Amino acid sequence: MRRLAVRPAPKRLIPMLVILVAVVAAFAAAPRVYSNQLLLFNTIVYLVLAQGLNIIYGFTGYLPFGYVGFFGAGAYGFSLAVLHWHTPPLAALALGTLVAIILALILTPLLRLSGAYFAVANLAASEAVLQIVSNPNLTDFTKGPYGISLEKIYNPTLSYGAAVVTLAFTLAIVVYLKSSRFGLALQAIREDPISAGMAGVNVVRGRVLAWLMSALVAGLIGGIFAWYVSVFYPETVFDLSVSIFAIVFALFGGTATLVGPILGVLILYGIYNVIGISTPAYFQLIYGLLIVLLILFLPNGIVSLIDRGTRRVP
Amino acid sequence: MTDELLAVEGLESGYGQLQVLWGVELHLHEGETVVLLGSNGAGKTTLLKTLLGLICAWHGSIRFKGEEITHLPTDARVRRGIVYMSEMGVFPDLSIEDNLDIGTQFLPRHEAKERITGLYEIFPDLGHRRREAAGSLSGGQRKMLGVAKALAAKPHLLVMDEPSAGLSPLFVKEVVQVLAGFHRAPDLSLLIAEQNVTFLEIADRVYTLDGGRIGFNGSVGEARENDAIRRAYFGLK
Repeated sequence: MRRLAVRPAPKRLIPMLVILVAVVAAFAAAPRVYSNQLLLFNTIVYLVLAQGLNIIYGFTGYLPFGYVGFFGAGAYGFSLAVLHWHTPPLAALALGTLVAIILALILTPLLRLSGAYFAVANLAASEAVLQIVSNPNLTDFTKGPYGISLEKIYNPTLSYGAAVVTLAFTLAIVVYLKSSRFGLALQAIREDPISAGMAGVNVVRGRVLAWLMSALVAGLIGGIFAWYVSVFYPETVFDLSVSIFAIVFALFGGTATLVGPILGVLILYGIYNVIGISTPAYFQLIYGLLIVLLILFLPNGIVSLIDRGTRRVP
Repeated sequence: MTDELLAVEGLESGYGQLQVLWGVELHLHEGETVVLLGSNGAGKTTLLKTLLGLICAWHGSIRFKGEEITHLPTDARVRRGIVYMSEMGVFPDLSIEDNLDIGTQFLPRHEAKERITGLYEIFPDLGHRRREAAGSLSGGQRKMLGVAKALAAKPHLLVMDEPSAGLSPLFVKEVVQVLAGFHRAPDLSLLIAEQNVTFLEIADRVYTLDGGRIGFNGSVGEARENDAIRRAYFGLK
Protein backbone atom coordinates (compact mmCIF):
# COMPACT_ATOMS: atom_id res chain seq x y z
CA MET A 1 0.00 0.00 0.00
CA ARG A 2 1.23 3.52 -0.78
CA ARG A 3 2.16 5.36 2.38
CA LEU A 4 0.26 8.61 2.74
CA ALA A 5 2.68 11.34 3.59
CA VAL A 6 2.08 13.45 6.67
CA ARG A 7 2.44 17.09 5.67
CA PRO A 8 5.77 18.50 6.70
CA ALA A 9 5.64 21.47 9.06
CA PRO A 10 7.70 23.84 6.82
CA LYS A 11 5.03 23.67 4.12
CA ARG A 12 2.63 25.23 6.57
CA LEU A 13 5.19 27.71 7.75
CA ILE A 14 6.52 29.11 4.47
CA PRO A 15 3.34 30.92 3.29
CA MET A 16 2.94 32.46 6.71
CA LEU A 17 6.54 33.64 6.86
CA VAL A 18 6.17 35.11 3.38
CA ILE A 19 3.07 37.03 4.51
CA LEU A 20 4.82 38.19 7.69
CA VAL A 21 7.87 39.47 5.83
CA ALA A 22 5.75 41.11 3.10
CA VAL A 23 3.48 42.94 5.55
CA VAL A 24 6.33 44.10 7.79
CA ALA A 25 8.49 45.16 4.82
CA ALA A 26 5.56 47.07 3.30
CA PHE A 27 4.96 49.03 6.50
CA ALA A 28 8.66 49.61 7.03
CA ALA A 29 9.07 51.03 3.53
CA ALA A 30 5.71 52.81 3.26
CA PRO A 31 6.74 56.14 4.89
CA ARG A 32 9.25 56.64 2.06
CA VAL A 33 6.51 56.57 -0.56
CA TYR A 34 3.45 57.73 1.37
CA SER A 35 3.53 60.89 3.42
CA ASN A 36 0.64 60.26 5.82
CA GLN A 37 2.68 58.49 8.47
CA LEU A 38 -0.07 58.87 11.08
CA LEU A 39 -2.43 56.78 8.96
CA LEU A 40 0.25 54.13 8.52
CA PHE A 41 0.96 54.18 12.24
CA ASN A 42 -2.72 53.82 13.17
CA THR A 43 -3.03 50.95 10.70
CA ILE A 44 -0.13 49.20 12.44
CA VAL A 45 -1.79 49.82 15.82
CA TYR A 46 -4.98 48.15 14.61
CA LEU A 47 -3.07 45.32 12.95
CA VAL A 48 -1.38 44.58 16.27
CA LEU A 49 -4.60 44.91 18.27
CA ALA A 50 -6.61 42.78 15.83
CA GLN A 51 -3.91 40.09 15.96
CA GLY A 52 -3.70 40.37 19.75
CA LEU A 53 -7.43 39.85 19.89
CA ASN A 54 -6.99 36.97 17.45
CA ILE A 55 -4.62 35.33 19.94
CA ILE A 56 -7.15 35.30 22.76
CA TYR A 57 -10.41 35.04 20.79
CA GLY A 58 -9.37 33.20 17.64
CA PHE A 59 -7.33 30.57 19.41
CA THR A 60 -9.17 30.12 22.73
CA GLY A 61 -12.65 31.53 22.14
CA TYR A 62 -12.60 34.31 24.76
CA LEU A 63 -13.96 37.60 23.41
CA PRO A 64 -12.65 40.50 25.55
CA PHE A 65 -14.71 43.64 24.95
CA GLY A 66 -12.46 45.45 27.36
CA TYR A 67 -9.31 44.54 25.41
CA VAL A 68 -8.52 48.26 25.12
CA GLY A 69 -7.76 48.17 28.86
CA PHE A 70 -4.40 46.52 28.12
CA PHE A 71 -3.70 49.12 25.43
CA GLY A 72 -4.44 51.91 27.90
CA ALA A 73 -2.45 50.22 30.67
CA GLY A 74 0.55 50.01 28.34
CA ALA A 75 0.16 53.66 27.32
CA TYR A 76 -0.06 54.83 30.93
CA GLY A 77 2.68 52.51 32.17
CA PHE A 78 4.99 53.92 29.49
CA SER A 79 3.98 57.53 30.13
CA LEU A 80 4.26 57.42 33.91
CA ALA A 81 7.67 55.75 33.70
CA VAL A 82 8.85 58.57 31.43
CA LEU A 83 7.22 61.36 33.47
CA HIS A 84 8.13 60.26 36.98
CA TRP A 85 11.34 58.29 36.58
CA HIS A 86 12.65 59.81 33.34
CA THR A 87 12.99 56.32 31.93
CA PRO A 88 14.33 56.16 28.37
CA PRO A 89 11.55 55.30 25.87
CA LEU A 90 12.65 51.74 25.11
CA ALA A 91 12.93 50.84 28.81
CA ALA A 92 9.63 52.61 29.44
CA LEU A 93 8.04 50.42 26.76
CA ALA A 94 9.13 47.37 28.74
CA LEU A 95 7.58 48.84 31.89
CA GLY A 96 4.37 49.74 30.06
CA THR A 97 4.13 46.19 28.74
CA LEU A 98 4.77 44.88 32.24
CA VAL A 99 1.88 46.97 33.56
CA ALA A 100 -0.43 45.45 30.93
CA ILE A 101 0.74 41.95 31.85
CA ILE A 102 0.21 42.63 35.55
CA LEU A 103 -3.30 43.87 34.76
CA ALA A 104 -3.90 40.65 32.79
CA LEU A 105 -2.64 38.58 35.73
CA ILE A 106 -4.98 40.45 38.09
CA LEU A 107 -7.86 39.75 35.68
CA THR A 108 -6.94 36.07 35.22
CA PRO A 109 -9.85 34.92 37.45
CA LEU A 110 -12.18 36.29 34.74
CA LEU A 111 -11.12 33.31 32.62
CA ARG A 112 -13.37 31.21 34.82
CA LEU A 113 -16.28 32.99 33.13
CA SER A 114 -17.36 32.27 29.60
CA GLY A 115 -19.26 33.88 26.71
CA ALA A 116 -21.12 37.11 27.42
CA TYR A 117 -20.22 37.01 31.14
CA PHE A 118 -16.51 37.15 30.33
CA ALA A 119 -17.01 39.88 27.71
CA VAL A 120 -19.02 42.08 30.09
CA ALA A 121 -16.78 41.50 33.12
CA ASN A 122 -13.73 42.32 31.03
CA LEU A 123 -15.38 45.49 29.76
CA ALA A 124 -16.21 46.53 33.34
CA ALA A 125 -12.59 45.93 34.38
CA SER A 126 -11.35 48.15 31.57
CA GLU A 127 -13.78 50.89 32.58
CA ALA A 128 -12.60 50.57 36.19
CA VAL A 129 -8.99 51.14 35.13
CA LEU A 130 -10.09 54.21 33.14
CA GLN A 131 -11.88 55.57 36.21
CA ILE A 132 -8.75 55.08 38.31
CA VAL A 133 -6.32 56.80 35.94
CA SER A 134 -8.69 59.69 35.21
CA ASN A 135 -9.52 60.26 38.86
CA PRO A 136 -8.81 63.98 39.65
CA ASN A 137 -7.55 62.95 43.10
CA LEU A 138 -4.68 61.12 41.41
CA THR A 139 -3.69 64.03 39.20
CA ASP A 140 -0.24 64.27 40.77
CA PHE A 141 0.54 60.76 39.66
CA THR A 142 -1.61 59.96 36.58
CA LYS A 143 -2.35 63.55 35.49
CA GLY A 144 -6.01 62.62 36.05
CA PRO A 145 -8.54 63.79 33.45
CA TYR A 146 -6.09 66.35 32.06
CA GLY A 147 -4.17 63.78 30.09
CA ILE A 148 -0.53 63.09 29.39
CA SER A 149 2.03 65.23 27.63
CA LEU A 150 5.38 63.70 26.66
CA GLU A 151 6.71 66.35 24.28
CA LYS A 152 10.30 65.87 25.51
CA ILE A 153 10.54 62.38 24.09
CA TYR A 154 8.45 63.01 20.96
CA ASN A 155 10.09 61.04 18.15
CA PRO A 156 7.70 59.87 15.45
CA THR A 157 10.40 58.21 13.37
CA LEU A 158 11.76 56.03 16.14
CA SER A 159 8.33 55.23 17.59
CA TYR A 160 7.11 54.30 14.10
CA GLY A 161 10.07 51.93 13.82
CA ALA A 162 9.18 50.44 17.20
CA ALA A 163 5.62 49.92 15.95
CA VAL A 164 6.90 48.06 12.87
CA VAL A 165 9.05 45.83 15.09
CA THR A 166 6.03 45.19 17.35
CA LEU A 167 3.97 44.29 14.30
CA ALA A 168 6.63 41.76 13.27
CA PHE A 169 6.71 40.37 16.81
CA THR A 170 2.92 40.05 16.98
CA LEU A 171 2.68 38.38 13.58
CA ALA A 172 5.47 36.01 14.64
CA ILE A 173 3.42 35.00 17.69
CA VAL A 174 0.45 34.21 15.45
CA VAL A 175 2.69 32.25 13.05
CA TYR A 176 3.96 30.30 16.03
CA LEU A 177 0.43 29.58 17.23
CA LYS A 178 -0.62 28.53 13.73
CA SER A 179 2.26 26.11 13.34
CA SER A 180 2.92 24.80 16.85
CA ARG A 181 1.45 22.12 19.03
CA PHE A 182 0.71 24.77 21.64
CA GLY A 183 -1.42 26.70 19.13
CA LEU A 184 -3.24 23.52 18.19
CA ALA A 185 -3.86 22.80 21.87
CA LEU A 186 -5.34 26.30 22.22
CA GLN A 187 -7.66 25.63 19.29
CA ALA A 188 -8.72 22.39 20.94
CA ILE A 189 -9.54 24.42 24.06
CA ARG A 190 -11.59 26.80 21.94
CA GLU A 191 -13.47 23.90 20.34
CA ASP A 192 -14.27 22.10 23.56
CA PRO A 193 -12.32 22.60 26.79
CA ILE A 194 -13.61 19.37 28.32
CA SER A 195 -12.53 17.25 25.36
CA ALA A 196 -9.23 19.13 25.25
CA GLY A 197 -8.69 18.26 28.91
CA MET A 198 -9.53 14.62 28.13
CA ALA A 199 -6.85 14.70 25.42
CA GLY A 200 -4.32 15.79 28.03
CA VAL A 201 -4.25 19.49 27.14
CA ASN A 202 -3.58 21.65 30.19
CA VAL A 203 -6.59 23.92 29.69
CA VAL A 204 -5.92 26.42 32.48
CA ARG A 205 -2.27 26.90 31.49
CA GLY A 206 -3.18 27.30 27.80
CA ARG A 207 -5.86 29.90 28.50
CA VAL A 208 -3.68 31.92 30.85
CA LEU A 209 -0.70 31.95 28.46
CA ALA A 210 -2.88 33.07 25.54
CA TRP A 211 -4.42 35.76 27.75
CA LEU A 212 -0.99 37.04 28.78
CA MET A 213 0.32 36.98 25.20
CA SER A 214 -2.63 39.01 23.97
CA ALA A 215 -2.19 41.50 26.85
CA LEU A 216 1.52 41.74 26.11
CA VAL A 217 1.10 42.86 22.49
CA ALA A 218 -1.71 45.29 23.39
CA GLY A 219 0.38 46.80 26.21
CA LEU A 220 3.42 47.09 23.98
CA ILE A 221 1.59 48.86 21.17
CA GLY A 222 -0.22 51.01 23.77
CA GLY A 223 3.14 52.25 25.02
CA ILE A 224 4.31 52.91 21.47
CA PHE A 225 1.09 54.78 20.76
CA ALA A 226 1.77 57.04 23.77
CA TRP A 227 5.31 57.61 22.50
CA TYR A 228 4.16 58.37 18.96
CA VAL A 229 1.32 60.79 19.76
CA SER A 230 2.96 62.12 22.97
CA VAL A 231 -0.18 63.98 24.02
CA PHE A 232 -3.39 62.15 24.88
CA TYR A 233 -6.32 62.00 27.27
CA PRO A 234 -7.32 58.94 29.31
CA GLU A 235 -10.44 58.51 27.14
CA THR A 236 -8.25 58.24 24.05
CA VAL A 237 -6.39 55.13 25.18
CA PHE A 238 -9.30 53.50 27.03
CA ASP A 239 -11.85 54.22 24.29
CA LEU A 240 -14.22 51.27 23.92
CA SER A 241 -14.38 51.87 20.17
CA VAL A 242 -10.74 50.75 19.96
CA SER A 243 -11.82 47.33 21.25
CA ILE A 244 -14.82 47.28 18.97
CA PHE A 245 -12.74 48.15 15.90
CA ALA A 246 -10.17 45.47 16.73
CA ILE A 247 -12.92 42.89 17.24
CA VAL A 248 -14.75 43.81 14.03
CA PHE A 249 -11.52 43.83 11.99
CA ALA A 250 -10.50 40.40 13.30
CA LEU A 251 -13.95 38.89 12.82
CA PHE A 252 -14.36 40.45 9.38
CA GLY A 253 -11.15 38.90 8.11
CA GLY A 254 -11.44 35.61 9.97
CA THR A 255 -9.97 34.59 13.30
CA ALA A 256 -7.49 31.79 14.08
CA THR A 257 -5.65 32.71 10.89
CA LEU A 258 -2.74 35.01 10.16
CA VAL A 259 -4.22 36.64 7.07
CA GLY A 260 -7.77 37.16 8.39
CA PRO A 261 -7.11 40.04 10.79
CA ILE A 262 -4.64 41.59 8.29
CA LEU A 263 -7.28 41.60 5.56
CA GLY A 264 -9.90 42.83 8.04
CA VAL A 265 -7.80 45.82 9.07
CA LEU A 266 -6.65 46.70 5.54
CA ILE A 267 -10.16 46.51 4.07
CA LEU A 268 -12.27 47.98 6.87
CA TYR A 269 -9.78 50.54 8.14
CA GLY A 270 -9.13 51.43 4.51
CA ILE A 271 -12.84 52.04 3.95
CA TYR A 272 -13.00 53.97 7.22
CA ASN A 273 -10.29 56.31 6.05
CA VAL A 274 -11.46 56.65 2.45
CA ILE A 275 -15.10 57.43 3.12
CA GLY A 276 -15.49 57.48 6.91
CA ILE A 277 -13.82 60.80 7.50
CA SER A 278 -15.11 62.73 4.49
CA THR A 279 -18.69 61.38 4.39
CA PRO A 280 -19.50 59.77 7.75
CA ALA A 281 -23.14 59.12 6.79
CA TYR A 282 -22.14 56.82 3.91
CA PHE A 283 -19.47 55.27 6.06
CA GLN A 284 -21.97 54.22 8.72
CA LEU A 285 -24.26 52.79 6.04
CA ILE A 286 -21.52 50.86 4.23
CA TYR A 287 -19.91 49.70 7.45
CA GLY A 288 -23.21 48.46 8.84
CA LEU A 289 -24.10 46.70 5.60
CA LEU A 290 -20.72 45.03 5.40
CA ILE A 291 -21.03 43.66 8.93
CA VAL A 292 -24.59 42.44 8.38
CA LEU A 293 -23.62 40.73 5.10
CA LEU A 294 -20.58 39.19 6.75
CA ILE A 295 -22.59 37.72 9.62
CA LEU A 296 -25.24 36.41 7.22
CA PHE A 297 -23.02 34.89 4.54
CA LEU A 298 -19.50 34.57 5.90
CA PRO A 299 -19.68 34.03 9.65
CA ASN A 300 -16.10 32.75 9.63
CA GLY A 301 -14.79 35.89 7.93
CA ILE A 302 -13.67 36.57 4.41
CA VAL A 303 -10.92 33.97 4.65
CA SER A 304 -13.65 31.33 4.50
CA LEU A 305 -13.96 32.27 0.80
CA ILE A 306 -10.54 30.73 0.18
CA ASP A 307 -10.73 28.07 2.88
CA ARG A 308 -13.33 25.76 1.28
CA GLY A 309 -13.34 23.44 4.25
CA THR A 310 -9.66 22.56 4.08
CA ARG A 311 -8.73 24.43 7.29
CA ARG A 312 -5.47 25.35 5.67
CA VAL A 313 -5.68 29.14 5.32
CA PRO A 314 -2.41 30.64 6.61
CA MET B 1 0.87 -13.68 34.35
CA THR B 2 2.20 -10.43 32.83
CA ASP B 3 3.00 -7.36 34.90
CA GLU B 4 0.19 -5.40 36.44
CA LEU B 5 -0.45 -2.18 34.54
CA LEU B 6 -3.40 -0.68 36.40
CA ALA B 7 -4.48 -1.33 39.96
CA VAL B 8 -7.60 0.35 41.31
CA GLU B 9 -8.33 -0.28 44.95
CA GLY B 10 -11.25 0.89 47.09
CA LEU B 11 -12.03 3.71 44.67
CA GLU B 12 -14.87 6.03 45.59
CA SER B 13 -15.95 9.17 43.74
CA GLY B 14 -18.98 11.08 42.52
CA TYR B 15 -20.37 14.50 41.74
CA GLY B 16 -20.90 17.07 44.50
CA GLN B 17 -22.73 15.27 47.29
CA LEU B 18 -23.71 12.34 45.07
CA GLN B 19 -21.51 9.30 45.53
CA VAL B 20 -21.41 7.15 42.39
CA LEU B 21 -18.53 4.71 42.90
CA TRP B 22 -18.36 2.55 46.01
CA GLY B 23 -15.09 0.78 46.75
CA VAL B 24 -14.27 -0.21 43.17
CA GLU B 25 -11.47 -2.80 42.75
CA LEU B 26 -10.13 -3.32 39.24
CA HIS B 27 -6.86 -4.78 37.98
CA LEU B 28 -5.51 -4.84 34.45
CA HIS B 29 -2.29 -6.40 33.17
CA GLU B 30 0.01 -5.37 30.34
CA GLY B 31 -1.31 -6.37 26.91
CA GLU B 32 -4.68 -7.31 28.37
CA THR B 33 -8.11 -6.28 27.10
CA VAL B 34 -10.74 -5.87 29.79
CA VAL B 35 -14.39 -5.15 29.09
CA LEU B 36 -16.34 -3.37 31.81
CA LEU B 37 -20.00 -4.22 31.32
CA GLY B 38 -22.61 -2.00 32.90
CA SER B 39 -26.04 -0.63 32.12
CA ASN B 40 -26.86 3.08 31.84
CA GLY B 41 -26.17 4.85 35.12
CA ALA B 42 -24.04 2.01 36.47
CA GLY B 43 -21.09 4.39 36.91
CA LYS B 44 -18.91 3.33 33.95
CA THR B 45 -18.21 6.86 32.72
CA THR B 46 -17.61 8.07 36.28
CA LEU B 47 -15.08 5.29 36.83
CA LEU B 48 -13.24 6.04 33.58
CA LYS B 49 -13.22 9.79 34.25
CA THR B 50 -11.86 9.17 37.73
CA LEU B 51 -9.12 7.01 36.24
CA LEU B 52 -8.21 9.92 33.96
CA GLY B 53 -8.39 12.53 36.71
CA LEU B 54 -11.31 14.33 35.12
CA ILE B 55 -13.19 13.68 38.37
CA CYS B 56 -11.39 13.70 41.72
CA ALA B 57 -11.17 10.44 43.62
CA TRP B 58 -12.72 10.71 47.10
CA HIS B 59 -11.11 7.62 48.55
CA GLY B 60 -9.01 4.70 47.39
CA SER B 61 -6.01 4.55 45.11
CA ILE B 62 -5.12 4.27 41.45
CA ARG B 63 -1.69 2.89 40.55
CA PHE B 64 -0.37 2.82 36.99
CA LYS B 65 2.78 0.80 36.32
CA GLY B 66 3.25 0.72 40.07
CA GLU B 67 3.14 4.53 40.40
CA GLU B 68 0.50 6.20 42.55
CA ILE B 69 -1.44 8.50 40.18
CA THR B 70 -4.62 9.04 42.22
CA HIS B 71 -4.09 12.78 42.54
CA LEU B 72 -2.18 13.55 39.34
CA PRO B 73 -3.76 16.01 36.87
CA THR B 74 -5.16 14.63 33.63
CA ASP B 75 -2.31 15.83 31.39
CA ALA B 76 0.22 14.08 33.63
CA ARG B 77 -1.75 10.83 33.33
CA VAL B 78 -1.94 11.19 29.53
CA ARG B 79 1.83 11.73 29.47
CA ARG B 80 2.23 8.47 31.37
CA GLY B 81 0.26 6.65 28.68
CA ILE B 82 -3.39 6.56 29.76
CA VAL B 83 -5.61 7.85 26.97
CA TYR B 84 -9.35 8.29 27.09
CA MET B 85 -11.64 7.88 24.11
CA SER B 86 -15.20 9.08 24.51
CA GLU B 87 -18.18 10.15 22.47
CA MET B 88 -16.93 13.76 22.60
CA GLY B 89 -13.31 13.08 21.79
CA VAL B 90 -13.24 14.64 18.30
CA PHE B 91 -12.93 18.35 17.52
CA PRO B 92 -15.35 18.89 14.62
CA ASP B 93 -14.05 22.30 13.47
CA LEU B 94 -10.46 21.11 13.26
CA SER B 95 -9.18 19.03 10.35
CA ILE B 96 -8.76 15.27 10.65
CA GLU B 97 -5.01 15.83 10.55
CA ASP B 98 -5.16 18.39 13.36
CA ASN B 99 -7.24 16.00 15.47
CA LEU B 100 -4.54 13.36 15.09
CA ASP B 101 -1.84 15.95 15.81
CA ILE B 102 -3.54 16.70 19.14
CA GLY B 103 -3.39 12.98 19.84
CA THR B 104 0.37 12.96 19.26
CA GLN B 105 1.10 16.13 21.24
CA PHE B 106 3.32 14.34 23.78
CA LEU B 107 5.35 12.35 21.25
CA PRO B 108 8.59 13.59 19.70
CA ARG B 109 7.92 15.19 16.29
CA HIS B 110 9.52 12.45 14.18
CA GLU B 111 7.72 9.73 16.13
CA ALA B 112 4.42 11.59 15.82
CA LYS B 113 4.85 11.78 12.06
CA GLU B 114 5.51 8.04 11.78
CA ARG B 115 2.63 7.26 14.08
CA ILE B 116 0.13 9.28 12.03
CA THR B 117 1.41 7.83 8.76
CA GLY B 118 0.88 4.36 10.23
CA LEU B 119 -2.64 5.27 11.35
CA TYR B 120 -3.53 6.47 7.84
CA GLU B 121 -2.72 2.94 6.67
CA ILE B 122 -5.05 1.43 9.26
CA PHE B 123 -7.72 4.05 8.57
CA PRO B 124 -7.30 4.85 4.83
CA ASP B 125 -10.55 6.86 4.69
CA LEU B 126 -9.12 9.28 7.23
CA GLY B 127 -5.88 9.52 5.27
CA HIS B 128 -7.64 10.43 2.04
CA ARG B 129 -9.70 13.11 3.76
CA ARG B 130 -7.09 14.28 6.23
CA ARG B 131 -7.40 17.98 5.39
CA GLU B 132 -11.17 18.03 5.74
CA ALA B 133 -12.92 19.19 8.89
CA ALA B 134 -13.67 16.33 11.27
CA GLY B 135 -17.24 17.63 11.40
CA SER B 136 -17.72 16.57 7.77
CA LEU B 137 -17.36 12.88 8.73
CA SER B 138 -20.32 10.58 9.36
CA GLY B 139 -21.00 9.37 12.91
CA GLY B 140 -19.20 6.08 12.29
CA GLN B 141 -16.23 7.76 10.65
CA ARG B 142 -16.00 10.19 13.55
CA LYS B 143 -15.88 7.23 15.89
CA MET B 144 -13.02 5.82 13.83
CA LEU B 145 -11.28 9.18 14.04
CA GLY B 146 -11.80 9.08 17.81
CA VAL B 147 -10.15 5.64 17.93
CA ALA B 148 -7.32 6.82 15.64
CA LYS B 149 -6.81 9.99 17.70
CA ALA B 150 -6.59 7.96 20.89
CA LEU B 151 -4.17 5.48 19.31
CA ALA B 152 -2.09 8.36 17.93
CA ALA B 153 -1.01 9.11 21.48
CA LYS B 154 0.73 5.72 21.55
CA PRO B 155 -1.05 4.81 24.77
CA HIS B 156 -0.11 2.01 27.11
CA LEU B 157 -3.69 1.95 28.31
CA LEU B 158 -6.55 2.98 26.04
CA VAL B 159 -9.69 3.64 28.04
CA MET B 160 -12.81 3.63 25.86
CA ASP B 161 -16.21 4.84 26.94
CA GLU B 162 -18.96 3.02 25.00
CA PRO B 163 -17.26 2.95 21.60
CA SER B 164 -20.42 1.37 20.14
CA ALA B 165 -22.72 4.24 21.22
CA GLY B 166 -24.75 5.58 18.32
CA LEU B 167 -23.28 3.15 15.79
CA SER B 168 -25.05 0.71 13.51
CA PRO B 169 -24.25 -2.99 14.12
CA LEU B 170 -22.13 -2.92 10.96
CA PHE B 171 -19.95 -0.10 12.28
CA VAL B 172 -19.74 -1.77 15.71
CA LYS B 173 -18.29 -4.81 13.93
CA GLU B 174 -15.82 -2.56 12.14
CA VAL B 175 -14.73 -0.93 15.42
CA VAL B 176 -14.31 -4.37 17.01
CA GLN B 177 -12.25 -5.50 13.99
CA VAL B 178 -9.99 -2.48 14.28
CA LEU B 179 -9.51 -3.04 18.00
CA ALA B 180 -8.91 -6.74 17.38
CA GLY B 181 -5.85 -5.65 15.40
CA PHE B 182 -4.43 -4.23 18.61
CA HIS B 183 -5.61 -7.05 20.85
CA ARG B 184 -2.73 -8.64 22.75
CA ALA B 185 -0.29 -6.05 21.40
CA PRO B 186 2.39 -6.19 24.09
CA ASP B 187 2.54 -2.43 24.58
CA LEU B 188 -1.18 -1.67 24.55
CA SER B 189 -3.92 -2.62 26.98
CA LEU B 190 -7.57 -1.81 26.50
CA LEU B 191 -10.23 -1.01 29.08
CA ILE B 192 -13.57 -0.85 27.27
CA ALA B 193 -16.70 0.24 29.12
CA GLU B 194 -19.67 -1.12 27.19
CA GLN B 195 -23.20 -2.45 27.24
CA ASN B 196 -22.67 -4.18 23.92
CA VAL B 197 -21.46 -7.76 24.40
CA THR B 198 -19.96 -7.82 20.88
CA PHE B 199 -16.80 -6.45 22.49
CA LEU B 200 -16.40 -9.65 24.50
CA GLU B 201 -14.98 -11.13 21.26
CA ILE B 202 -11.73 -9.29 21.93
CA ALA B 203 -11.76 -9.38 25.74
CA ASP B 204 -9.45 -11.35 28.01
CA ARG B 205 -11.41 -10.61 31.15
CA VAL B 206 -14.75 -9.10 32.10
CA TYR B 207 -15.88 -6.93 34.98
CA THR B 208 -19.45 -5.86 35.60
CA LEU B 209 -20.36 -2.60 37.28
CA ASP B 210 -23.74 -2.19 38.91
CA GLY B 211 -24.80 0.72 41.08
CA GLY B 212 -21.21 1.90 41.28
CA ARG B 213 -19.96 -1.45 42.65
CA ILE B 214 -18.00 -4.17 40.90
CA GLY B 215 -20.14 -7.29 40.60
CA PHE B 216 -18.60 -9.98 38.42
CA ASN B 217 -14.88 -10.34 37.71
CA GLY B 218 -13.72 -13.26 35.59
CA SER B 219 -12.82 -14.64 32.19
CA VAL B 220 -14.99 -14.23 29.10
CA GLY B 221 -15.93 -17.92 29.29
CA GLU B 222 -17.05 -17.54 32.89
CA ALA B 223 -19.02 -14.42 31.98
CA ARG B 224 -20.86 -16.26 29.22
CA GLU B 225 -21.80 -18.97 31.73
CA ASN B 226 -22.94 -16.53 34.41
CA ASP B 227 -26.73 -16.48 34.66
CA ALA B 228 -26.98 -12.87 35.84
CA ILE B 229 -24.80 -11.64 32.97
CA ARG B 230 -26.67 -13.79 30.46
CA ARG B 231 -29.95 -12.26 31.60
CA ALA B 232 -28.69 -8.68 31.80
CA TYR B 233 -26.54 -8.44 28.69
CA PHE B 234 -27.27 -11.39 26.37
CA GLY B 235 -31.05 -11.17 26.71
CA LEU B 236 -31.20 -14.84 27.67
CA LYS B 237 -33.45 -16.31 30.35
